[in-house]
Amino acid sequence: MIIPAVIEQEVLMERNLLKYVWRHSRSDQLWMLVVILASMPTYFLSLELPKRIVNEPIQGVGFENPGDTGFFLQMHLPFGETLFGRPIMLFEGFEFERIGFLWALSITFLALVVANGLFKLYINTYKGRMGERILRRLRYELFDRVLRYPLSRFRRTRASEIASMIKDEVEPMGEFIGDAFTQPLFLGGQALVALLFIFLQNVYLGIATMIVIAFQAWLIPILRRRLIELGKQRQIAARQFAGRLGEVVEGIQEAHTNDTTNYERAEMTSILGRLFFIRFELFQRKFSVKFINNLLIQFLSFFFYAVGGYLAIRGTLDIGQLLGVIVAYKDLPAPVRGLIDHDQKRLTVEVRYAQIIEQFTGDELQPKELHQVPDTDVPHINQGYEVSRLGVEDDSGSKLIESATVNIGKSEKVAVVGGFGSGASTFTEVLARVQPATSGKITLDDKPLEDQPEHMLGRRVSFLDGSTYFPQGSVFDTLTYVLKNQPNNPEAVDSNLDNLTKLERKRSANFHLEFDTDWIDYERAGVTNVEELKERLREVLTDVQMEEDIRALGLRGSLDPEEFPELASALLEARKIFRDRLVELNFDEFVEPFDPEKYNTQSSVGENLLFGTAVAKGFEPDALPGNEIIRKILDDNALHEPLFKMGKEVASTTLELFGDLDPENPFFDQLSYMDPDDLPVYKEILSKIGDQPLASITENQRSLIMRLSLSYIEEQNRLGLLTEDLQEKILLARKALREKLETLPVMPIAFYETDTYNSAASIQDNVLLGRVSNTVAEGYERVSAAIRDLLDELELTDDVFRMGLTFNIGSGGKRLSETQRQKLHLARALLKNPDVLVANQALNSLSVREQSDMIEMVFRRAESKPDGNKMGVIWAPMQPGFAEMFDRILIFEGGELVEDDTAERVVSESQRYKQLTG
Amino acid sequence: MATLTDEVEMLRKIPLFAGIDPGKLKLLAFASDRKVYKAGQSLFKQGEVGDAAYVIVDGVADVVVETDAGEVVVANLGKDEFIGEISILCDVPRTATVRATEELHTLKIKKEHFLGLVTQVPELGVEVMRELASRLSKTTAELGEARRELSAAKTC
Repeated sequence: MIIPAVIEQEVLMERNLLKYVWRHSRSDQLWMLVVILASMPTYFLSLELPKRIVNEPIQGVGFENPGDTGFFLQMHLPFGETLFGRPIMLFEGFEFERIGFLWALSITFLALVVANGLFKLYINTYKGRMGERILRRLRYELFDRVLRYPLSRFRRTRASEIASMIKDEVEPMGEFIGDAFTQPLFLGGQALVALLFIFLQNVYLGIATMIVIAFQAWLIPILRRRLIELGKQRQIAARQFAGRLGEVVEGIQEAHTNDTTNYERAEMTSILGRLFFIRFELFQRKFSVKFINNLLIQFLSFFFYAVGGYLAIRGTLDIGQLLGVIVAYKDLPAPVRGLIDHDQKRLTVEVRYAQIIEQFTGDELQPKELHQVPDTDVPHINQGYEVSRLGVEDDSGSKLIESATVNIGKSEKVAVVGGFGSGASTFTEVLARVQPATSGKITLDDKPLEDQPEHMLGRRVSFLDGSTYFPQGSVFDTLTYVLKNQPNNPEAVDSNLDNLTKLERKRSANFHLEFDTDWIDYERAGVTNVEELKERLREVLTDVQMEEDIRALGLRGSLDPEEFPELASALLEARKIFRDRLVELNFDEFVEPFDPEKYNTQSSVGENLLFGTAVAKGFEPDALPGNEIIRKILDDNALHEPLFKMGKEVASTTLELFGDLDPENPFFDQLSYMDPDDLPVYKEILSKIGDQPLASITENQRSLIMRLSLSYIEEQNRLGLLTEDLQEKILLARKALREKLETLPVMPIAFYETDTYNSAASIQDNVLLGRVSNTVAEGYERVSAAIRDLLDELELTDDVFRMGLTFNIGSGGKRLSETQRQKLHLARALLKNPDVLVANQALNSLSVREQSDMIEMVFRRAESKPDGNKMGVIWAPMQPGFAEMFDRILIFEGGELVEDDTAERVVSESQRYKQLTG
Repeated sequence: MATLTDEVEMLRKIPLFAGIDPGKLKLLAFASDRKVYKAGQSLFKQGEVGDAAYVIVDGVADVVVETDAGEVVVANLGKDEFIGEISILCDVPRTATVRATEELHTLKIKKEHFLGLVTQVPELGVEVMRELASRLSKTTAELGEARRELSAAKTC
C-alpha cells in the first residue's frame, strides 16, 4: 500500500528543531536578516561618532586655527585608497565652524542613537513574536497529538508528565527560535570580518588565529558530548519529578490513609537528589567548557603581545601592523564567545526538542480526518454492529477476547454478561472504541469501526462506565459537555472577532473554531434554546433521580442579589412566611430566628454582639478580643468587667472538669473552645491574676480570657453564666456597636437584617436567618425539608433548581458523592440522545434496586427519543441477573462468546446463566 | 433552660451513677448532648449499630421488638432511666427499637465517653456489672416463667 506523503509527514513530526523552525518561519527569518543588515550602518556609525566628536570639535583636531571649518557628512568610498590608490570622495559635505560642527555631530549622534534604539526595538519585538508564534504552533501540535493518541497510550503515561512537556519543556524554545538563524549569521559575520582584518595585517598571525579557533571548534564538541547526555537526563528526571508530583497530589488521600507520606517524602528526596547531581554536573561541565574557551581566546592575546612584540622588536613586523592586529583582535572574542554560547543554547534546546518529539511520535496516531468537523448532518446509525472473529489483547499480550462473532442490530436491547475476566466488559469497550481490536473485523454500519470518524461514535454512541472523572465546573457545564461538538454559527462568531486574533490563530496553524461562543447543540437535545434545555435537563435529572439533589445543592449555593434581584426578593418573602409559620410548624422551640431585639441563645456572646458576619479583617471571632472598637463598646456598656468575670468562670470550670484528664481523653472532643494544650496556659493565667481588677491585667491575658466569654454559647456550654441582665446589656451594646460602625467608611459587618438579602450566606440560611438548636432530634433536616416545601409552594422550585445547575461540582467532581457522579454520568449519556447506549459496569455505586430502576428508565427513554429513532442499549450489568430485563443475552466465558440467544431462552435453558446468577 | 448543675442532679438520680464522684458526673454531663424527641420519633432502631446510650430526663418511651408477627412492645421507660447501654458495651446491634410516646427529653452519652468513664471510675464498672446482673436474673426468671406457661399451654 502506498502511504500518501502528507500522511507520513503528518505522523512523523519533524525531529530537528532548526528544520522545524525554518519550515515555519522561513520568510520571517529572511526578513529579519535583511533588517539586521540594514541596521548595521547606523550601529557602527553610532559607535564611531563619539570618537569624532571628542577628536575634532572638542579636542580641536582640524580646528587648530580660529576660523577653521570642518565638513559635515563628507563621505569617502570605503577602501577607496586601497582599491584606487587615492581617496574617492562621494559627497563633499556641509561646511561648519567648530561650534556648529559640534552641534551638527552631536545632533547626528542623537539621531543615530534613536534610530539604533528603534531598530533594536523592532528587531527584538519581531524576534519575540516569531518565537511565540512557533511556540504556540508547537504546543498546539503536541496537544493535537495528545487528542489523537489511542486511549491505551494514556494508561502508560502520566497526565502531569504530558502537561510538563507541553507547558514547561517547550518554554525555553520560544526565546531561542527568534535567534535560531539570525544570531549565528550575524555573529559569524562579525567574527569573519575581524579575522579577515587580521589576515590583511599579517598572514602568519591570521593563520595562528585560525589554528586556535579551529582547535576550539574541534575540542568543544568533544567536551560537550557529555553535556548533551546530561541535558537529556535532566529533562527525563525533571519530567519524572513532575509526573510523580502530580500523582502524589491526585492520590493524596491514599498517602494519608496508608501512612505512606514518609514513603512519598523519601521518593521525592531521591528524585530531587538525582536531579541535583545531574544539574550539578551539568553546571560544572558548562563552566569548565567556558573556562577552556576563555583560556584559548586569551592565549591568543598572549600570543599577539609576546610573538607579535618579538617580531616587532626584531623588525619583521612594523608596530603599526601589530597595533592594527591587536585592535582587530579586540573585536574577535566577543562574537566567537557569542557563537559558542549560541551553539550551547542550540544544543540544549535541540536535545529538549528531540526528547519531546520522541514522546509524541508514533504510528498509532489517529488520522486527522477522523477528527474533522463534519460539514453535513451526522448520519444516524442505520444497521448496527457486525463483529466477526474479534480478538483483543491487552498491553502485555494476554488475550481478553478470542474470535467472537456476533451482529447487533441498531435498536436492540442486549445484555452482555460474564464473570470477572470473561471478556464481557472488554466487549462493550471495543464497541465504544475505547479498547482497540487486535484481530478480526468490527464494523458499524458497514464501515470498519476504526475508520468511523469521531463525530459518528461521539454523537451517535454513548459510552458509560463506572469511572466518573469530571473537570471542575457547574452542574450545567458538566451535563452539556456532551453537546459541545461544534459551535453554532462559527462564521457569525468569527465576523465579530478582531482580525489580529484570527490572523495569529492562522499563523500558528492553531484550530480554526472559536472557543468563546455557544457550542451547545440544542437540536440534538431536542430543544431550541437554553431555557428549554434547562427544562430538558430537569427531565433527565428527574429520570436519574437526582432532581431533588440538585435542588438541595441549589439551596446550599449562594446567590448574588444584584444578579438575580427578583429571586432575592422572593427569597426575602419566603423568609417572612417561614418566620410566621415557625409556631404552626412547631419549630418555635428549636429554631431561633435572628431578631435585633432579642438575644440569640444558640449563638455565641460575640456573635450576639456583632449580630452579623464579618466581611472585613479584625472582626472575625478570633480577632474580637483584641479589636479596639469592640473594647470601647464593652467599656461604655459596663460589659467588660462582667464578661471578663464570665471568661474566668468558664476557664475555672473547664479546668475543674478537664484539668486532670489525659490530653488523649475522648472527652476533649466535646470541648469546642479550648485545646488540651491551652489548659496549662489558662491554669497559669488564673493563678496569676487571681482577683485583680481588669485594669491591672496584661493585654495578652485579657485577650485569652475574653476569648472564652465571647465564644460562650449558653445553649451548648450550659454553665448557666448568662444572666438576663447580661443579655440585656449585650443587646444595648449591639445597638451602640452598630451606630458606631455606621460611621466607618467601610462597613466591616454584614448585619442580620430581616429585609436584606445576605450574599455571603447560602440560600437556605437566607430563608432561615436564624439558628437551629441541635438539641432536637433531626432538627436541621426537618428545617431543610420545610424550607424546600415552602419554596415549592411559592413556585420557586424552578429557580432553586436553576441555582442548583450553577453549583460548582469541584475538582474532579469531588463535591458530589460517587453515586451522584455516576447518576450525572448517566444523565448526560442520555442527554445527547444517542442511537446506541453502551454501558459497562456503570452505576456500580447505586443500590441493586436503583440500578434496575435506572435500566428500566433507560428502556423507557429508548422508546421516546426526540428524533423518532429507537435507542439501542448494550449493557454489561453489575448483576448478571439484570440480563433478564433485556431482549437478548450474550454470555462471555474465558474470553469467548459462548452463548447468544433471546433472553427468554437463555434464562430458562442456559446452565451457564444459572451459574452466573446463582 | 437546664444548666450543667441540673443535669448532674438528673444523672445522680440514676442508680448506675448514684455513687459516682460529682466531678466526674459533671464531666459526663458536659460531654453529653441534650436531645428532644417528638412522640413517634425513634431514638434508635433495632439492628442499627449503637453509638450512644441515653438517660431519659423527662417523658415516656416504648421499647419495641420487631418479630415476624409484627411489632411487640416489650417495655415502657420513664424518667431517670438509662437505656441503650448494652449495644455500646458489647458492640452488638441494637436489640430493640426505642420510640418516644410523648415528648421525650434525653441526655445522649456517646459510646467513647461512657466507656472512657467506665475505665476511669472502677465503681461505675461495678455498678454496670451489678445492673446487668440484676437484669439478667430478672430476664432468666421471666424466661423460666415463659417456658412454664408455654409447656402448660402445650399440655392443655
